[in-house]
Formats: sequence, C-alpha cells, structure tokens
Amino acid sequence: MIPEIGHFAMVLALVVVVLGQSVLPLAGVWRGQQAWVAMARPAAVLHFALLAFAYGCLTAAFINNDFSVLLAAQHSNSALPLMYRITAVWGNHEGSILLWALILAGWTVAVALRSRQLPDAMVARILGVMGLLSCGFLLFTLLTSNPFERMLPAAADGQDLNPLLQDPGMIFHPPLLYMGYVGFSVTFAFAVSALMSGRLDATWARWSRPWTTVAWCFLTLGIALGSAWAYYELGWGGWWFWDPVENASFLPWLAGTALIHSLAVTEKRGGFKMWTALLAIITFSLSLLGTFLVRSGVLSSVHAFATDPTRGVFILGFLCVVIGGSLLLFAWRGPKVGLGGAFEPVSREGMLLANNVLLLVATAAVLLGTLYPLVLDTLNLGKISVGAAYFEAVFVPLMAPALFLMGVGPMSRWKRAELPELAVRLRWAAAVSCIAALCATVAMNLISPTERGLSPLVGFGLLMAAWITCTTALTLYSRVQGWPLSQWMPRLRQQTSSWYGMLLAHFGMAVLIVGVTLVRGYESEVAVRMAVGDVAQSGGYTFKLARLSPIDGPNYTAMRADFVVTKGERLIETLHPEKRVYTVSRMPMTEVSIDRGVTRDIYVALGEPLDGGAAWAVRLYYKPFVNWIWAGCVLMALGGFLAVADRRYRLRRTESAALPGGLPAAANPGA
Amino acid sequence: MKRYLIPLALFLVLAGFLAVGLQRDPRLVPSPLIGKPVPVFSAPRLDQPQTVVTPAELRGQVWVLNVWASWCVPCRIEHPLWVDFAKTQKVALVGLNYKDKRDDALAWLQRYGDPYRLSLADNGGQIGIDWGVYGVPETFIVDREGVIRHKHIGPVTPEAMRDDILPMLRKLGA
Repeated sequence: MIPEIGHFAMVLALVVVVLGQSVLPLAGVWRGQQAWVAMARPAAVLHFALLAFAYGCLTAAFINNDFSVLLAAQHSNSALPLMYRITAVWGNHEGSILLWALILAGWTVAVALRSRQLPDAMVARILGVMGLLSCGFLLFTLLTSNPFERMLPAAADGQDLNPLLQDPGMIFHPPLLYMGYVGFSVTFAFAVSALMSGRLDATWARWSRPWTTVAWCFLTLGIALGSAWAYYELGWGGWWFWDPVENASFLPWLAGTALIHSLAVTEKRGGFKMWTALLAIITFSLSLLGTFLVRSGVLSSVHAFATDPTRGVFILGFLCVVIGGSLLLFAWRGPKVGLGGAFEPVSREGMLLANNVLLLVATAAVLLGTLYPLVLDTLNLGKISVGAAYFEAVFVPLMAPALFLMGVGPMSRWKRAELPELAVRLRWAAAVSCIAALCATVAMNLISPTERGLSPLVGFGLLMAAWITCTTALTLYSRVQGWPLSQWMPRLRQQTSSWYGMLLAHFGMAVLIVGVTLVRGYESEVAVRMAVGDVAQSGGYTFKLARLSPIDGPNYTAMRADFVVTKGERLIETLHPEKRVYTVSRMPMTEVSIDRGVTRDIYVALGEPLDGGAAWAVRLYYKPFVNWIWAGCVLMALGGFLAVADRRYRLRRTESAALPGGLPAAANPGA
Repeated sequence: MKRYLIPLALFLVLAGFLAVGLQRDPRLVPSPLIGKPVPVFSAPRLDQPQTVVTPAELRGQVWVLNVWASWCVPCRIEHPLWVDFAKTQKVALVGLNYKDKRDDALAWLQRYGDPYRLSLADNGGQIGIDWGVYGVPETFIVDREGVIRHKHIGPVTPEAMRDDILPMLRKLGA
C-alpha cells in the first residue's frame, strides 16, 4: 500500500507544480492577478512536501525489504546493511531521478523562503520557471521510469546493490553532485526571468550570485568525492579518467566557474550582462546534457547503467524545450539589452573576460572530446574513443594562461589598469614563485624514490602553483601595505568575507595543481605476481606479502592479504587489501588498502589469483601528494561558502526591497 | 539579432547529432585487430587433444574463425547458418570452442551438426583473450596472408551472412 501512496503523492506533486507553481503564477504576472501570483510560494512548499513524502515511501520499501517493489528487488537485498539499503534508493536510475526531482523541489523551496525582499512578480517568474523544470522531471519519472513499479508475485529476496556502490563515498557523491547540477537551475531561473522581464541589472546579478556560488561549491565537492571514490574503489589508482560521465559533471563545473567570475563583473560594474545570462543558460544546459548523456545510454561509459531509448527520446525532447526555449528567449531579448560600462583591455574586467573565454573554450574542447565519438558514428565515419591524451593535450595549454591570469586579476584595478604598475607590484611574486618552483622541483627530484629526471612539465606545474600562492599572499598583503603593524589585524578584519573566499578558493586551486603535478610526475606503479613470503619494491617502499586468509563479510566472502610495508629498516604500516565476492550478485570486487599521508599514499590492490590461488597478481602504487588534489577541491568549496557568508548579501536585501516591482512578463519560456 | 542566434544554432546542431546518436548502439565496437595479423596461438584439436594447431598451418587460404561454446544460447541460433555454410561454401570454417568442457562440446556438435573443417579447443580462454573475444559467439574472417579482415560480434543473422560475410569472402577471392 505504501508504494501506491508514494506514487499518488508524485502525481499530486505534478498537479501542484504545474498549476500552483507554474501556470497560474506566470499567468498571474501576465494578467496582473495578485492572487494567482501569490500562489507560487505555498505551492512550492507543498510540492516539496509531497515529493519528500513520495521519496520517504520509496525509502520505506527499501528499508523494510519490500521486494514486491521492482526497484527494491533489483537493487537491494535483505543482507544489505541498513545504511546501504537507504542509499540504494538512489543507486539506480529511477531512484536517482526521483532524488533529482526532490532536490530541485528543495532548491525551489529555499528560493521561495529566502526571497521575501524580491518583487512578487520576479519571485513568481523564478518559481514558475523552476516549476516547469520540475514538471519535466516528474513527467519523465512517471512516464518512463516509475520507481514504484510492483512485481507480483514478490521476489523472495533482492538482487543486491551493485557492490561498487556499497561504499561510504557513494552515499554522498550523487546527492552532492545533484545539489550542484540542480542548484544551477536557480541561476538559470533567475536569468530566464530576468530576460523575460527585460531587466538584467546589478540587482539580478547580486541575487543570483550567492545561489550560483553555493551550487558551484556542491558541484566541486561532488566531483571531488566522485574522484576520491574512483581512486580507492575501482582499484586502478587513478583519480580522473576523462570518462564521458566524469566529463558530464566537469562541463557544468567549468562553465559554472566562468559564470561565477562573470557575475562578479555584472554585479560590481554592470558589464557582461548578456554574456552572464548566456553563461547561466549554458551552465544549466550542460547539467541537463550531463543527465542526458548518463541516462540515455547515448555514450558508452562505465557509469551508463540505464539504457532505454524511450528515456533518451524523452530527455532529448525536454532538452530541446528547455535549452532551445531559453536560447530563443536570449536571442529575442539580447539586442534590446544595453552594454555595460566601458573598460580597457588591461583591467580587471578585461582579465575576467579573458578568463571566461579560456574557461569556455576549455568547456567546448572537453564537450567536443566527449561527443566526438558520437558525432563520427552519426556521420558513419567509424567508431572511435577519445582518450585522456586528447584531453590533456587540449586542456593543459588552455588552463595555463587562465592560471597565470588568476594571479594577475585580483591585483589589477577595475576599468583600467596600468601594465607597468602591475609589473612592478607583481615582480617579487614572479621572482619568488620562480625560485620556489625551481627549488621544489629539484628537491622533489632528489627525495623522490622514482627516478624520472627533471621534467619541464613538473617544473611548470609547480611554477603555476607557486605563482598563484605568491600572488594570493601579495593580494592579502596589499590591503595592509603601508599601514603600521598594529593596524594590520583591524585592517584585515575590515575585508569582506567574499574577498577572503576568493583568496581561499584561488589558493585551493594552487594546492590542487601541486597534487596533480606531483602525482603525474613521480607516481610509481608496479604489477607483480606474489606468493606468501614474496617481497616486491615500489616507489622506494618494500612490500612483503605476509599472509593470505579467507574471511566472511555480511554479504560477501573475501580473500584478505596482509602486506608488511617497510622503508629501509623502518616499519611503515601493515596493509590489508581484499578480493571480495559478493554472495548474491557473484560480483568480484577489489577492496584496496591505502596508507594515507600528507606527502604520499601507499596503495595496494589485489588482482587475480594465479596458479590456482598459490599466488596473486598484485598492484603496488606509490602516489606522492595525491591527497592534495582533494584537499584543493575542499579548499575551493570552502572558499565558495565563505564568499556566500558575506554580510553584503544580507544587508543589501533591504535595499533591493525598495526597488519597484518587475515589468509585466513578456514570455513564458520552455512551456 | 543574428549574433544572439548563434548559441541557439549551435545547440540545434548538437541536438541533431544527439537525436541520431540515440538510434545507435554505442557498444558495437570494431575490433582493433582488423587489418592486423592473427594473434599467434597453438591450440589442441577438439577431437584429437594431442594434436596442436598453429595459425601458420592455415596460411595461404581464406578462413573463417567462429568462436562458440556449448553453454552459449545465441550460438545455437546462428549454428544452422554455419551448417548450411559448410555445405555450400568452400571456405575453411574453423571452430574455436571457448571456455568449455570437451565432452559437452563434442556432444553439442553431435546433436546440432558439425560444420567445422577444423575444431580447436580453448578451454582456458587464453586464445579468446588474444583475439579480443568478449562475447560468444564471435566470427572473424582471415585472408590468405593471415590478416584479420572482418569481425562479427554476436550471432550471425541471415542478413549479416548475406550482406557482410559472403561479400567479404568473395572480395578476398575465396
């Protein structure tokens, strides 16, 4: 009975969102009916409540092992630990789409509740646009992927959750990623409603800025968690594979990064208006495209777990309506919007524009690489796959100037900066970062157990990291320069938290680059055959296979190996990698064992048994500075959250309340 | 106005590609072995396990390698086509019995007919790995110089036999 109630709640939610949150309020704005406009907020809350209830019903089926629900029978099992039964709800296509719809409803409620100072008409438009998006996703769920489908008679037990997903990293990865993807829908709705009303002004930018930043932070964390999960769960020791689905999450991140910077210009200087609106549309479109690529099975990837052509057709239709509609609105409204304030090429605006162009070209390059196999296949030019080599060859040269500009931008003035003056201010940063990078490269080469010789790429990567760090420190110093030491703390306390957030995020990027560069330059991977008592070397460490013992887990059996890791005479750690076989799915899984550290990870993975189990294929990795990659991502996200905490976003809210209400709506996009 | 239509135009092109792409199966991957010499192997004959065969012995003629197994249901679907092929074509059809038990394989051939001029056994699946077999059945066409010219994944259908395999064999002059 509970699943049917949940299904009914979903249908009700669709009715509420179509009528109460979208059609009536949008019509109300158009016809000037205050009562209709006022419906948007309560409808958004009710919609969220209904979806949360439906989601709860589905979760109940998983928790109670109700295997008459097809989804639970396919993706859960009575032996599955409770925590994974709860997360199994989104470890499949239907459940994850419902989670997407729920998170969208959640963002909508957040906008509804935190927009009291915005004009009613604008709120109605924003909620209306988000409601239409919800409507698309709910229709998709109800028509093509109903999570409440019954299977009668019920299965005796479930087929178990994919063992790859039975992992703490998997608990948070999809929700965080969706928070990011869906969060961009808020920015999208702000941009579309601003285009509808024809008012693309600083107020609009100031309002969309914190929402965009929060979504970007979630996306950053979600991608980082996915990468960390791939690193320890897949057992290949890699942290980024340029897989189509990874790219699908990376594309909105790149565009979103460009959007954050362009919003800064629109808010502070009133420039880049149409460019910002376009970026808002592009960022959310790429989020939707990512969903399409993952859910339609149009590209083959390790993640593509649902391939159903009707779903693909539905999402493609939805994409055309949403993206096509909003771009049409953009084309129609664009020519009427005036340009912002003028600026010189050498100015903060100029550099932010250059950064935007570089990021967008990088986005296009990654998109091209991701879709190229599909395009060639469509044109009957053969089947190919684009590998990491392409992405690295294209991506690195595009990012290098962007990273250089990251150092210069925050130091330069708005509107017009003087090159000689900038050069004088930055000369010490340049000198210090060159020396630091050179020293670090030589030092790494001396202490690194892997002999690679001096690599110009490592040197360059470290130079970029040092450059960003030095210029960030210099930016910080520039605010207290010329003040007596006693005034430094008060001066620094006066700075806004959004400014600190920017510095922290930029510094996070430097940390990330150190990780990427050093892992690339000095990692060591050894694949050997080992029997009990054998000894092997990797990255200067000695690995001894001490013992092999069979063990029993709750829903798997495993072979566990004990590796004693030593360096010289010193015992470092005993590692216990496992090879598991999950009882229900009979799926083998490599459970790696990692000794984590600030400067290196030691990573052991069991491969396949050889000679009838007498020996094992073993992979031994030494990964220098790999944790800096994720630490950098966390710093970037923290920087974003710090920026949002800025008092300005709370103070100015009262100011904007004094502004007159929006003009009558001009169009209803995407409907 | 025109300038502002560029994003829409780009999106429509992309949507067009996606729409056509939806009709395709991304899992159909051509073998990287096409155009390459056959991987070296030495396989025992299924009927006489003491006799070992290497690809060198098949050189100088066009031959077809059909990978099959008694446990493989789709193999049973395509099998009548091969029985018919053996009756009507002069080309050497070589069977590779993949990850199977010898008794099961021989019983299966007895029951459904044995079209193979030569039957090889790959009980451990090693040869299959060298040939890039990832699903059974799979079929390869090898030319006189010992170069793989065509690969068919999955059961051969009458259409595939008529439109791909036989024309390729004719082209190779078999």
